[in-house]
Amino acid sequence: MTRDIFASLGGIAFALLLAPFLRSIINRTKARISGRRGAPLLQPYFSLARLLRKGAVYSSTTTWIFRAGPVAGLVTVFGAICLLPFGGGPALFRFEGDFLLLTYLLAVGRFFTILAALDTGSSFEGMGANREAFFSALSEPTLLLGLAGLGAVTGSLSLTDIYGRIGASVFLEANMPALIFILAAFMIVFLSENARIPVDDPTTHLELTMIHEAMILDHCGIDLAFIEFAGALKLWTLGLLITGLIFPVRFGVFWLDSLVSLFSLATLAVCIGIVESSMARLKMGRVPQLLSIAFVMSTLWIMWVVK
Amino acid sequence: MSFLIVGCLLLYVFAGVIFILMRSYPQSGTMLAPLCSTLAAIFGLVPVLNVLLSRASINISISWSSFFAPIQMRLDPLSGWFALALFIVSPLLTWYGTGYFPHKRPFEVSINGFFFQILAGGIFFVLLASDIFSFLLAWEIMSLAAFFLVIFEHEDRSVQRAGWFYLAATHLGTAFLFAMFVLLGSRCGSLDFRDFVGLGGVADVVFILALIGFGTKAGFFGLHVWLPEAHPAAPSHASALMSGLMIKTGVYGLLRIMTLADSWPGWWGWTLIGVGAVSGVGGALFALVQHDLKRLMAYSSVENIGIVCLGIGMGVFGTYSMGPAAQIAMAGALLHVLNHALFKSCLFLVAGAVTHATGTREIDLLGGLQKLMPRSGGVFLLASAAVCGLPPLNGFVGEFLIYLSSYWSVLPQELPFVDLRVGGFVVIAALALTGGLAAMCFMKAYGTTFLGLPRRQHADPVVDPKPAMLFPMFILGTLCVAFGLGGSFLILLVAPVASTLHPAALIVAETSLLRGAALNYMHVSLASFALLVLFFAFHRLRNHLLKGRVVTSGPTWGCGYPLGTARMQYTGSSFSQPLIAAFKLLLRTELSGDWPEGYLPGRSSFATHTPGVFIEFFYKPLFTFVGHMALRVKRLQTGGTHVYVLYLLLALISVLCWSLL
Repeated sequence: MTRDIFASLGGIAFALLLAPFLRSIINRTKARISGRRGAPLLQPYFSLARLLRKGAVYSSTTTWIFRAGPVAGLVTVFGAICLLPFGGGPALFRFEGDFLLLTYLLAVGRFFTILAALDTGSSFEGMGANREAFFSALSEPTLLLGLAGLGAVTGSLSLTDIYGRIGASVFLEANMPALIFILAAFMIVFLSENARIPVDDPTTHLELTMIHEAMILDHCGIDLAFIEFAGALKLWTLGLLITGLIFPVRFGVFWLDSLVSLFSLATLAVCIGIVESSMARLKMGRVPQLLSIAFVMSTLWIMWVVK
Repeated sequence: MSFLIVGCLLLYVFAGVIFILMRSYPQSGTMLAPLCSTLAAIFGLVPVLNVLLSRASINISISWSSFFAPIQMRLDPLSGWFALALFIVSPLLTWYGTGYFPHKRPFEVSINGFFFQILAGGIFFVLLASDIFSFLLAWEIMSLAAFFLVIFEHEDRSVQRAGWFYLAATHLGTAFLFAMFVLLGSRCGSLDFRDFVGLGGVADVVFILALIGFGTKAGFFGLHVWLPEAHPAAPSHASALMSGLMIKTGVYGLLRIMTLADSWPGWWGWTLIGVGAVSGVGGALFALVQHDLKRLMAYSSVENIGIVCLGIGMGVFGTYSMGPAAQIAMAGALLHVLNHALFKSCLFLVAGAVTHATGTREIDLLGGLQKLMPRSGGVFLLASAAVCGLPPLNGFVGEFLIYLSSYWSVLPQELPFVDLRVGGFVVIAALALTGGLAAMCFMKAYGTTFLGLPRRQHADPVVDPKPAMLFPMFILGTLCVAFGLGGSFLILLVAPVASTLHPAALIVAETSLLRGAALNYMHVSLASFALLVLFFAFHRLRNHLLKGRVVTSGPTWGCGYPLGTARMQYTGSSFSQPLIAAFKLLLRTELSGDWPEGYLPGRSSFATHTPGVFIEFFYKPLFTFVGHMALRVKRLQTGGTHVYVLYLLLALISVLCWSLL
């Protein structure tokens, strides 16, 4: 029991310490592929430290909601991390239907981030806000249905049990195609929710074409640090949902399992870097189609699982 | 107890009469009548809580005429649950009403007060009535009282149209109920609900008739056409009562009739899930494209009724296939009924305050109200988050249970019921899509109305309403938080009610699964509470860090363009544009206006309008056809007495012939 708690606390500590590092890996991969040397690996940490030392400029249009947005975003992602198992161990909080709370916590964070964007009265931020709202309305059902599929395959209703029971045996059974479709759907949701190519381009120079970055144009200093850190944690959270499926090997030793998890997350980050280097962002009108494809893929498991 | 119940009904009538009598003394009348109405609610709450906690039921029989059967009334856990919502919300709405009318129209205001009380009492009467005669009597009292509330501003043509819509819809629905009761009564040879046993094959027909009849009142998508007309027309507290409680009597009626059947066949579940999914997603989609704040909320009521219906459908499925989670889904549906009554009335009250202060309900003409009306804005934000089903607010409790039941159903079962698993799968998909769209809808409603800059100058200073209107909003908002954080207790309270929802021939008394669900929800509450504390801690931390540093304020970043105006902000219409583009086949939104042309464009304009798809493509053709047919039949009416005598003779002869056969 105590060991379980230490393991889950260790998982949370890893997330808090290493989450920004995933961004370094993505950036370094992209830099290497395009023949640049790339920023130092610790650059995200330097940026966070710099932002945390700054003062603030608030738009005179805004209200308390603008200031509450970044905090709500950070706190809800932190809550989500506490619900997620790491490295084969159990999550800190686990109960039947905990993934519902996880999904809805992310929704709360999004709700406040979007309202904070609308609070500025800027059209650019409004644009980002409505795209984020629309795309997440399409990706949320995908996530929930995919989790239903995983629940049906493993016969359990909490994230710890679901990810604890996914192993090579589950894959090798007749459920193989079902799991692959869920994985593909999760991958698209992962890219969309974390504002990556092909849904959103975090490095574009034009406000008009951005989604997530457009929403946070007016945030600065500590608020921006909160948002950046929450973004890194979200990448970590949703990443774990994917890597738990791809690398389901369990040794039963905390350090070994943690290493596998960390390694798999790093691999995922490299994959994102490769995707971002090899393709451009989709036309805005195409994104709902991509997300609809993800939705359809997240429903297909029913053909194999329910007979 | 029966004294309190009858007393409650009488006090509602009494409160209504005071509203009329005190017309000449507005000051004392505004105090006395609401006090009387509050007393009625307290009178009602005692037996309701008693019934809910003791799981007993109270029977009352009133003989009022030697010709007719006595009026049978019965308060059982199911009616008690719906009455609980009524007694929490109605006194608050009455108090709000005392502050609502600024313009001096004593006649209309007193009539409105009267019918408001009659509507509240009528809803309670509907919940109590347990024989055909008194049920239909109560149903008509309720429906007609609501009609008089809708036509408050009766000179306005659009209000007349709304009233006409409502009256036609409610009576068409009642026609189906008449047919249903005729069928039930003739089958069982009695008027009393208790005698309706052993329905057998009739049950299927009764179910369909109930679904249409009660569905019209509840506002299932397709039968909802009166909601978006009637809600904007009525005064806000009246819309709150109609949307929060009156439409729930439709759900109540459906459940009441369903429990009469011997068994619940699987296709009932599929039908309810289908109706729920279409209402949920359709309601949310149409809510998103509305420009009128109260019309948006009317569509949102359709969406929430859809969620309730999904829960009931899942419950029917679960019962049919003896799945594990029927009760959980039913409990979720019932909880959503109560919670929707709370947050939707809250939203309507704030919308009323906004309309009052600014004189408009057009979302795209508002903006920046959070600064001008901070208290109303805060309550609206809270209720919006609740309607989106976000934890830790009360909207999440019901949805959590319906989700949980569906996920249970998807799991591998001992008995191979494919239907149940596919049903659960459909419910998850529908709920998730509904939830996402509803969130988008209320982000638009709150964001455009309350955030940013005011889009136009208002004639009068825009401020928070007076305390009589503000306090009911506060109390409802507080209840939204309290019922969310204390969701486990709510689940335990609703457990006995949910356990009464089963086919007549089936005995289910076990509520252990629901106790498990309550325990699960305790985790949600605890985690939410911890995160709330963390939220305030981080808020303080940020403010603490900023203390010694330079904190300035400036204009919003305009990407280098310094001359932005409030008119250039994103509007509600712009917010829903990507959705309109993606769902244009379904929504059929019409774009109109003068596009800017040439090198030096002149005036240009743009407008969007989304017609009610059912009115345009179903009801209009249908009623035009009926009208044509009626005109043809009119030829029989020549006006000559001799022809009518001939008709009489023909009728007599045909009756004679028929009796000879």
